[in-house]
Amino acid sequence: MVVFLIGLLICTFFCLYRIGAGPTPPDRTVAIDILGILMIGFCAILSLFTGKDLYMNVAISWALLAFIGTIALAKYLEGRTFDE
Amino acid sequence: MSDLVIVLVSLGIFFNFAGCVGLLRFPDIYNRLQASTKCVTLGTILILLAVVIHFGWNSISLKALFCIIFIFLTAPTAAHAISRGSHRAGFPLWKESVVDRYNEDYPQKNRIKN
Repeated sequence: MVVFLIGLLICTFFCLYRIGAGPTPPDRTVAIDILGILMIGFCAILSLFTGKDLYMNVAISWALLAFIGTIALAKYLEGRTFDE
Repeated sequence: MSDLVIVLVSLGIFFNFAGCVGLLRFPDIYNRLQASTKCVTLGTILILLAVVIHFGWNSISLKALFCIIFIFLTAPTAAHAISRGSHRAGFPLWKESVVDRYNEDYPQKNRIKN
């Protein structure tokens, strides 16, 4: 379990580097999107090894909120409002 | 825990790692987008498939199945929205890029210099 979590943690640090040092705003948006999908992998591995129901609830709600946030950031990049 | 579950989780983490190396190393927004989105989506779907195989018919595996369907629908949508928004906003391609078909239909008016 710890080996898998460390493997995902290295991926997360790559995404955090791209969020901090990305030269343009779309790079940061892509990195935030990828970070949201990686968190679902974290929750799935925790649920696989502990057998608890709680982590999959967290994964589903995290997927919904990350998708809505990414769409809002993409609309902001294009220069329009969220309602259009 | 069977061997198939371990193999699926390892393969999923390998694909996640490949996608994040692509996010770190590629030179352009669009290259990073196409590298990271596809690889990370496939890797996370493999990890969730390992959860489904491990628990059988259960409430956890049902939620994992919903999560697979949801990621499979929303990750390409988000990637398309990001690429369309960044191209419309005028962020340029890499200087050694060969072809830009979207520029023929919607030309980038105010291209941002970097």
